[in-house]
Amino acid sequence: MWIRFGSVVAVAWLLGSQAAAGETPKPPANDDCLACHGDHVDAKQFEASTHGPMACVDCHADLAKVTDFPHAEKLAKVKCASCHDDIGAKYQDSIHAWAKEKAGLVVAPACADCHGKHDIRAKSDAVSRVYRVNVPITCGKCHDGIKEQYDRGIHAAKLKIGDSRAPSCIDCHTAHTIQRSDTTAWRLAVTKECGTCHASVVDSFQRTFHGKVTEIGFTAVATCADCHGAHDILPAANSASRVSKARLVETCGRCHTGANEQFVKYDPHPNPGDYKRSAVLWWANRFYWILIPGCFGFFGLHSALWFWRGRKQS
Amino acid sequence: MMPATARAAEPSRAPDARSATPQASVPAHIVRFDRKTRVLHIVIMVTFLALSATGMPLLFSDAPWARVLATLFFGFKGAGLVHRIMGATLLAAVVFHVGDVLWRAFVKGERGLFWGPTSMVPQPKDFTDFFGMLKWFVGLGPRPPIEHFAYWEKFDYWAVLWGTAIMGLAGLILWFPVAASRILPGWMFNVALFVHGAEASLAIGFIFAVHFFNGHLRPGKFPMDLVIFTGSVSAHELQHERTAEFERLRDAAGFASVAADAPTAFSVQRGYVIGAIGLSLGLVLFVLIVYATIR
Repeated sequence: MWIRFGSVVAVAWLLGSQAAAGETPKPPANDDCLACHGDHVDAKQFEASTHGPMACVDCHADLAKVTDFPHAEKLAKVKCASCHDDIGAKYQDSIHAWAKEKAGLVVAPACADCHGKHDIRAKSDAVSRVYRVNVPITCGKCHDGIKEQYDRGIHAAKLKIGDSRAPSCIDCHTAHTIQRSDTTAWRLAVTKECGTCHASVVDSFQRTFHGKVTEIGFTAVATCADCHGAHDILPAANSASRVSKARLVETCGRCHTGANEQFVKYDPHPNPGDYKRSAVLWWANRFYWILIPGCFGFFGLHSALWFWRGRKQS
Repeated sequence: MMPATARAAEPSRAPDARSATPQASVPAHIVRFDRKTRVLHIVIMVTFLALSATGMPLLFSDAPWARVLATLFFGFKGAGLVHRIMGATLLAAVVFHVGDVLWRAFVKGERGLFWGPTSMVPQPKDFTDFFGMLKWFVGLGPRPPIEHFAYWEKFDYWAVLWGTAIMGLAGLILWFPVAASRILPGWMFNVALFVHGAEASLAIGFIFAVHFFNGHLRPGKFPMDLVIFTGSVSAHELQHERTAEFERLRDAAGFASVAADAPTAFSVQRGYVIGAIGLSLGLVLFVLIVYATIR
């Protein structure tokens, strides 16, 4: 980005000097702009922003050649993608761009709605709208109900106390390629996302019927969010959690009509190697680890000898 | 599968049956499997292949072919439906067979089902046969005289019975978990799924490798043994393959009750077609498993 930014500045400077040589008027300097616009553009805020070193006309490009001031009231829209073209392309594939540009939902966000205008900060900057901890506030400007749910969950609590691994909106939904959450592709991808932190939990899930059906690409069965919830995930120890003892019958019963206290003793994350988790499963695992190699070893040898004998005879 | 106490209606004689030699009483063909047994084998064959093909996408869910195989059955729901229909059919067939054996033994008073030379129950002779075969394999003795069912055939039989009971029970628990939870704690679903998968690995591997080899592909049988499709075996083959049975029948003058017509050309061709389809499908599935395992 800095290289691109550098080249933009260099080109602008080159064009500027050529323009000067050809008696073309210099583009207005930032101070010239602020002479009129200082009331609604905070110069200090702009200088502190990630675009601080840039000229107003780098973004408001149609003013670069204007000599007649005050300029026309209606200006061309700022095109972020003229520098950030890769991110622009991603955004074009997202549900936000689709809503705004194809479906005509004018309130759907474009760049500035999330990043700001003259006060854009890098995502690593703690005061940025897109700093990890602030992302839920930014998304919550529109998705207020979801943010309320998110704030109740363990992930929001972790994020607020500074655990940078805790997921905010963009970890599951991505920042620029946000998709509908009811598509098969998205539902399958988000399970993998949970596994970036909860690897062993996703491993054990994949041993189950739920996990295996999901793994071959069908979404008719429960994945992470169906039991744990999506935005308001809470640890099982919390009685408000969907997977707490108090609510398991209700949660399993959403699919398994008639589920009871006995039913919910099912382990959705089994581990045959963990004796303490389930002794019976552990013993079953042991039994078949002896039976299967035993049978194949015995009859493999039997067949091999027979084959060898038969060939010798013929 | 169970002793075929054959009651052939019209015993056919060898061409020189009227001659005065002792061989004259040996029919050219001998009944081995009655109609019920042959149909049972076809039902097991079809259901087993279908159960394997529809279950393997989940058992080997991380294999690249898993989704493709499920899609052949219109996705996981289609595969699940076929799996349940075939599972119920197999279970019904095995329950019917067990009922039939019990009926024959206790209602009709048929002897020799649970003990004796034609019984499926392992006999002391099976153990001496096993060591005899090992000696023969390494050239330390002659091929032991085998009776009506060899020990490797008995193993196949009991494996199917045991496997169907275990997998059928586990399958029913997984099919009706809410109903099962009235009797069983939920963690038994975990055990049921594990056992269903482990037992499936054993059964699929055993049928497609061991049974195919012992029954069809081994030297002397290759490419396949048609007896399970035609129902009869030639006297020559019986004498060579099951010398003990041949001699027992000869000494007891028991050939008359087991004489069979020569299999018709049609039944031989039908046997080859069904057998070839079954063997090919099974070997394809076996290759898929080997690929998924060593990948």
